[in-house]
Amino acid sequence: MSTTTTKPPGASQEDLSRLEEHWGEPPSLRAWFSTVDHKKIGRRYIVTAGLFFVFAGISALLMRTQLATPESGILSPQEYNQLFTMHGTSMIFLFATPMFFGLGNFLVPLMIGSRDMAFPRLNAFGYWVFLFAGLFMWVSVPFGEAPNAGWFNYAPLTNLTFEPGLAIDVYNLGLLFLGISTTAGAINFIVTALKLRAPGMSLNRVPLFVWAIVATSFMVVFALPALNLDNLLLFLDRRFDTHFFDPSAGGNVLLWQHLFWIFGHPDVYIIVMPGLGIVSSVLPAFARRGVVAYPLVVLAIVSISILSFGVWVHHMFATGLPQLSYSFFSAASTIITIPSGIQFFAWLATMALGRLVIKVPLLFLIGFLFTFLIGGLTGAMFAVTAFDQQVTDSYFVVAHFHYVLLGGAVFPMLAGLYYWLPKVTGRMYHEGLGRWAFWLVLAGMQLTFFPMHLYGLFGMPRRVYTYRGDLGWDVGNLIATVGAYVLAAGLLLVLIGVVHAIRRGRPAPSDPWGGDTLEWTTTSPPESYNFPVLPQVHSLHPTWDERTAESIGAGATQDRILSEGRRTLFTSELDARYERAVEMAESTLIPFVLACWLLLFFISMLFSWWLVAGFAAVAVVVTMGVWLWPSRRPAEKTG
Amino acid sequence: MVESGLLSVSMEPTAHTNPSANRRRTRPRPVAAALLSLCLLAGCAGDSPSALNPGGTGATRISGLWWLLFWIAVAVFVEVMALMTWALVFRRGSVRVRHSQPMRFVAVAGAGLPFIILVTVYGFGLRDLAALGKSPGRDAPTIEVIGHRWWWEVRYQGASGATANELHIPVGERVRVRLRTDDVLHSFWVPQLMPKMDLIAGEERQTWLEAQRAGSYRGQCAEYCGTQHAHMAFMVVAESRADFDAWVARLDAPARAPQTDAERRGQQAFVQGTCAACHSIRGTGAQGKVGPDLSNVGSRWSIGAGAVPNDPGHLGGWIANSQTVKPGNYMPPQPVNADQLPDLIAYLRSLK
Amino acid sequence: MTDRGGIVAAATGAEALSTEEPVGRSTGWWGMVLFVATESTFFACLLGSYYYLRFQVGPQWPPDGIGNPELTRPLVMTGLLLFSSVPLFWGVRGIRYGRRWRLRAGLVATMVLVVTFLTVQGTEYVDDLKILTPTTDVYGSLYYLITGFHSLHVLGGLAFVAWLFAASLVNSFDPQHYDRVRNAGIFWVFLDVVWVAVLFTIYLSPRL
Repeated sequence: MSTTTTKPPGASQEDLSRLEEHWGEPPSLRAWFSTVDHKKIGRRYIVTAGLFFVFAGISALLMRTQLATPESGILSPQEYNQLFTMHGTSMIFLFATPMFFGLGNFLVPLMIGSRDMAFPRLNAFGYWVFLFAGLFMWVSVPFGEAPNAGWFNYAPLTNLTFEPGLAIDVYNLGLLFLGISTTAGAINFIVTALKLRAPGMSLNRVPLFVWAIVATSFMVVFALPALNLDNLLLFLDRRFDTHFFDPSAGGNVLLWQHLFWIFGHPDVYIIVMPGLGIVSSVLPAFARRGVVAYPLVVLAIVSISILSFGVWVHHMFATGLPQLSYSFFSAASTIITIPSGIQFFAWLATMALGRLVIKVPLLFLIGFLFTFLIGGLTGAMFAVTAFDQQVTDSYFVVAHFHYVLLGGAVFPMLAGLYYWLPKVTGRMYHEGLGRWAFWLVLAGMQLTFFPMHLYGLFGMPRRVYTYRGDLGWDVGNLIATVGAYVLAAGLLLVLIGVVHAIRRGRPAPSDPWGGDTLEWTTTSPPESYNFPVLPQVHSLHPTWDERTAESIGAGATQDRILSEGRRTLFTSELDARYERAVEMAESTLIPFVLACWLLLFFISMLFSWWLVAGFAAVAVVVTMGVWLWPSRRPAEKTG
Repeated sequence: MVESGLLSVSMEPTAHTNPSANRRRTRPRPVAAALLSLCLLAGCAGDSPSALNPGGTGATRISGLWWLLFWIAVAVFVEVMALMTWALVFRRGSVRVRHSQPMRFVAVAGAGLPFIILVTVYGFGLRDLAALGKSPGRDAPTIEVIGHRWWWEVRYQGASGATANELHIPVGERVRVRLRTDDVLHSFWVPQLMPKMDLIAGEERQTWLEAQRAGSYRGQCAEYCGTQHAHMAFMVVAESRADFDAWVARLDAPARAPQTDAERRGQQAFVQGTCAACHSIRGTGAQGKVGPDLSNVGSRWSIGAGAVPNDPGHLGGWIANSQTVKPGNYMPPQPVNADQLPDLIAYLRSLK
Repeated sequence: MTDRGGIVAAATGAEALSTEEPVGRSTGWWGMVLFVATESTFFACLLGSYYYLRFQVGPQWPPDGIGNPELTRPLVMTGLLLFSSVPLFWGVRGIRYGRRWRLRAGLVATMVLVVTFLTVQGTEYVDDLKILTPTTDVYGSLYYLITGFHSLHVLGGLAFVAWLFAASLVNSFDPQHYDRVRNAGIFWVFLDVVWVAVLFTIYLSPRL
């Protein structure tokens, strides 16, 4: 086990009180709206994303209840169609990515040994926009105007002719609104990881979770514009009579699909990649060694994020495009499975060469390996065009992507939840409750989604609100519904476990697992300034490294304590050489105000209140001007 | 049976994750899993339009491809799970271990072997893609299918009339199917005969069907198309060439004339009432173009594109208020008198 | 590893290639570059959609009755926009040496050129709208969206520069603190590059 915590603290009591003075925030209503602390923002992201997960999960339970028996009348088709659309849209956009962004927000600065994100105010702004955009979309549900054309919202079903209400505009505007948050968050992660790493943390010592978050962020930066453009074009078609998706005036409905999937396929990896990063970060603590073949795993992460932009047409294998393009995209989709294979075998080798400690986080990793493997194997099948044409848009594909997304995102998320819960809350969870939750989640997951493979092959299309009883799909559907309730019970138990830990859990030590990354060198939960002394990194596993312990203990120097202001360090992009100490932004209400103006803008766009929208746009520009206004520098300071 | 193999492996890690338990105890026999999957495969596949029970050349090819992919997947799955299980059983402990870096193992097992497998699979995939892409000969029978929300209009080359939600094809012949849509995207899918082909607004697509044995093959729209996407099914009937020719000939001829008084009154009600505004019946004054042509509605396999069986009770219910049967469809409730309804039913049932 | 000696080995060896000379780029610089990267991707998708729709429509492009777009004014606009970068960069270089008046003069000159650009764009729209509107057909939709969206960015750039000018009046910038000014330079390169792509796509490519 690591022994770093036995060292005496390197920062003096005086330093600590000064740090607390600069970074600490006494609780108040204003502080609640104005905080820029990445840990608080990260926690909020996690809680809010969890809330949307509950909404989307309840939608799923309602749908499964409707489908439990043939020709059941629990939901009307209109209700069912809104539910499945909101389920998919929320799980993808309002749960998976924000949940990982929340974890990333909390963990990235801690893992790289920094005191905050690169742009703390932008971070707060991103959270408020995410919250408002999510509410903007969900408020449509009680009004019966929720999006109802599926999460990929294909034209021309979404043209004004077929969808005259506000439902599709809620989708277009909601995702454009949310896109601001996601883009801001992604840029923030990249810059943070480039500039704020602890001295000595050269690129070959960056934790794999951080690599994964950065790769994800790069995908967001280059993929999200395609979705934004798509939504803009559709909004213009619907509100201003343009003809982008109108075949009668030269438009083309497949343009929607191309743009959507140019975003949509990278988005699959945007969702899964941070999950894989969590696996690589949690495993070392429970295999008692570092992940095998770190360079290959990094290479795999980078190559997935590049290749993911070249496979989008495999979502369109049934649209009748030329065969030549199919053979190209089939090849690309086949190749992209290889980097995943590398990661998979790196984890297996890590387990085989390590010493396994079976605790709840490792159980969820095993659940991940099992589930994600099945999803990956069926995924490789979808690269085979002819087979894809048979099973796409059937329940087989529903089974496949739930194995990928629950396997690749939710299981790692839960592993990470149990793993970092002590760090986030300062409390240990109850191991027995955690094990029960694991077995219920695993069993529920398999029970729900495995039968879907079968009745998909038996010919059941997806997105049907009911089906006839004489087609042999009823038994599978009933099992899936039972499974869904088991899964929900498991997830409920996870929630109970978290509440129990916060209320009753025993206090957590700094490093309960013997983890290898920097967050375990600081207290649980971390102080407002994260690290009393910013560590010096000498290897890939700093917490297992005596030299790092020395650097924050006896070897601490003032240029890494930085207690005379709200300060952290800039280091060079590649080798993380010490560059300079920088002053970080203080808490402020401006991000919240800006997000409010944006909310007003999008609401008025929705209801076509053009004057209000114009006013809000001006307010946005003015607020940004105030936000970024440079502090005045007297002339004598020059030179 | 094959699924039982898959599931039984899935049970293995469960035996070893309780640290207090005896590590080498025997694994639980996955009887339940085997029973479950047997039931799923045997009990449910029977009447399904199952892609694994193909009746046509296209689907047969793909089912072959599926079994190849399936067995490869099973092999990979077993191998990986065996390795993981081995680690879980034999590699317990809590001491930190030396950092050996078997890069070569990761590269070979994670990239090299998959590459070889994937290239092979890709080759088979291309072969089948090319085979499916071959269009039928120039004088193959041609059927035109037009997607509507939420039914299928079907027209035959050489027949003036149209029908709905039912295609007849000659057994053993490759039939060309031209696909267009009147509104949004749909997808033409007969799992037992041929994989999907989408119907794209503003464009025409083409696919083909070839049944190897006579029978009825259910198809269904597979691209979400709005409220009643669930009820947009159709039936492909594969029959002898002679039956097929007779079918096309009937589509070219006027509908069967009413024989009884009830049928005659029904026809009158149909032509003079609101029905004719949307529906047409060949050889009568009813020439509406909004809804399906009803010239042979009495012989169809279902009402409402798979919504309900085609019998007098359901037909009456449909005419009176189809919104209770298929909510959201474009046919408004009909103000039909109680005494007119039996006549209408009698007439429509007689149209075969 | 080889043990060949010599300059080439010294310059290309593992040690030389793996040792980084810190250049001290700030987080603001990186943030701006990434923002511009994502915006450029948006324009790339937009122009890609133009070509996609164009080739789906067929050989007749612009569609019937609409001639090729006029070329004189766009070329003038190209000159104006590209030339507007010159005083901006001159001003940015000025503040690096602490010359605030040079920064202010450069910003004003840039604003004048950009306002002229937008005015010419406006007169072009007035003439175009007589024969083509965004609702005429997909060509009209694309034409106005692409040029309009670029102009919106130019307008944003104008606001940015005006804001910098206001800040410079209260002595906000000096050789150690001019990140925001430098970021305007990055944004201007983006505006120029996108405009050249728009010029080629909208005004030149139909003539090819």
